[in-house]
Amino acid sequence: MKNWIIIGATSAISESVCRIWSVRGYKLFLVGRDEKKLVILGDDYSVRGASNVYTHVMDVNQFEAHEACWNAAVEQMGRIDGIFIAHGTLPDQKACEASFSTAQLEINTNGMSVISLCTKAANEFEKAGKGDIAVISSVAGDRGRQSNYVYGAAKGLVSIYLQGLRNRLFKSGVHVTTIKPGFVDTPMTAEFDKGGPLWASADQVANGIVAAIDKRRNVVYLPWFWWGIMNIIKHIPEAIFKRLSL
Amino acid sequence: MTKPYISWGRYPYREQKGVDLHWRPTSLPGDELFLPQGNARSYGDSCMLEGGKVLSTRFMRRFIGFDPDTGLIQCEAGVTLADILSVAEPQGWFLPVTPGTKFATVGGALANDVHGKNHHVEGTFGRHVTRFELLRSDGSVRLCSPSENTEWFNATVGGLGITGFVTWVEIQLKKVGNSAINAENIKYRNLSEFFELSQESEQDYEYTVAWVDCLASGDKLGRGHFSRGNHARPVQPRPSKPATALSMPIDPSLSLVNSASLKAFNWLYYNRQIEHVRYQTMHYDPFFYPLDHIHDWNRMYGPKGFLQYQCVIPMEHSHSAITELLNRISRANYGSFLAVLKVFGEVASPGLISFPRPGTTLALDFPYRGNQTMQLFDQLDDVVVQAGGALYPAKDANMKAEHFRLFYPGADQLKTFKDPNITSSFWKRVMEA
Repeated sequence: MKNWIIIGATSAISESVCRIWSVRGYKLFLVGRDEKKLVILGDDYSVRGASNVYTHVMDVNQFEAHEACWNAAVEQMGRIDGIFIAHGTLPDQKACEASFSTAQLEINTNGMSVISLCTKAANEFEKAGKGDIAVISSVAGDRGRQSNYVYGAAKGLVSIYLQGLRNRLFKSGVHVTTIKPGFVDTPMTAEFDKGGPLWASADQVANGIVAAIDKRRNVVYLPWFWWGIMNIIKHIPEAIFKRLSL
Repeated sequence: MTKPYISWGRYPYREQKGVDLHWRPTSLPGDELFLPQGNARSYGDSCMLEGGKVLSTRFMRRFIGFDPDTGLIQCEAGVTLADILSVAEPQGWFLPVTPGTKFATVGGALANDVHGKNHHVEGTFGRHVTRFELLRSDGSVRLCSPSENTEWFNATVGGLGITGFVTWVEIQLKKVGNSAINAENIKYRNLSEFFELSQESEQDYEYTVAWVDCLASGDKLGRGHFSRGNHARPVQPRPSKPATALSMPIDPSLSLVNSASLKAFNWLYYNRQIEHVRYQTMHYDPFFYPLDHIHDWNRMYGPKGFLQYQCVIPMEHSHSAITELLNRISRANYGSFLAVLKVFGEVASPGLISFPRPGTTLALDFPYRGNQTMQLFDQLDDVVVQAGGALYPAKDANMKAEHFRLFYPGADQLKTFKDPNITSSFWKRVMEA
């Protein structure tokens, strides 16, 4: 049985992950902005077998609240085995191009807030000599594209930060898992036309996340075929890439 | 994989607009026609709305509460029967009634007042629903139960989703000492033997159903395998769940079900068992949900899709009418390997237009072949109407308006409970054409 903090607990992917962890009897500390939704999720996880569920209302963009959030989790659960960071927004790229303050807000939400949360978690886990940090980054962070490079930049920041963090924490027995999903059928992608074989369900991705954390994988693409797709995309020469409309 | 909100039979195959609801709504769209949809496991057009949009509950699948002492469970409408089993079965509780797929949602099971192999004992699904919340497009919210807002309860159970949006449901589960099934599979030679077996099994077996070789004719007409069973005793070891499910990963460009494959399959399936009776203690999964083992099996019927024909015939005409139905199908050399016979019990269905009623139900799948299909269905309809039977809306894509009103005298009353902003392709076809 393990005790996990879930940041962005009302997201569809973290809901699917928590359902699996509930069946295993984990203790879950749910963090999100909407208390009503957190309570609805908590009831569900309790029925499914979670041994305890706690809720904590927080907006990740209030960086100064992160410390208190961690402390509240310690107070409720005693020991913390892992933190799963799953919050995010899909920015309106055009709006980010038009306004720096919009771009900054999106980079804060999808990038800086993760660094703030990981700083606290990393230092605490390092002291304890164990712990798991699992973060949802994105395939979009592998290469900048005109259609969503602000989101991509934030996710790229997260991916590279986690790479370094994993390197630093390895010797203290703390593990960092970087999760890079492709297209997932969730409310975040509601605006897309979701036909086609590239789209995965939140449940499929959650199965992959839980397995990756269990096996202490370093970087996982979900579903797996995105590893191949991104390998190709990463290797297109810039002289050609800049002419493509991706 | 995402779903295009198309019904299970993939006929009629029409582009369907849909919106996924992720949280229990507190209001409904007021400006356009819509239809609540669960997992879209209904076969025909009762879960679709051409020209409007479906409000899908497939992401509204949270439990609200479960009391392992009483077996009362509350959940959002999009929770599937499989979800309930995964929570309740390890704690000694089971679905009081289950259809042949566990991928149906609770909302769908309620809206179609579904039945299962234990109809002769437990009646329909709706009989075990203790409460639900009904939200209407005028913003009103009603708590409905057999004793509170009873008329809304009776209209919504089996009401095909048109009375409002069911946000959550409470169900009384059934205590079982063991979820495994002591099953007997009996090879029988003709329709008369089916009726004898049904009668003989009614008292002592909770679950009964038969698979029929719909191509057999003459003195073999109606032959098949009769399956009956009861929950195993608590002390019996529980067999483990069979291996991972298979799936139909591609859309074949032609139906894999044709007269040659059907003949071969039916012969092999009938003769797979040499002995007269086979006894087996089974995990509940293959006993109740053999088809769920092959995900997306509906795709084997190819791009044109398939239709199901499910009727019920009153007991006094059951033998003669089902003989005639099977004769007409066998003569057309056109049927499916999914032909199922079951005798319903006397337990009254709660819904205004519930399908199950005393008599014998026959269900068959047919790959869609244009006119040939419709001609056969017309011929079958004649028999059903003549015998005073009825067709099942959840399986239907072809029922005629005049027949619907004949089969369901409660339809006009149901209409008075209809939400003005909700309708379905089925409802438009049979009530508004």
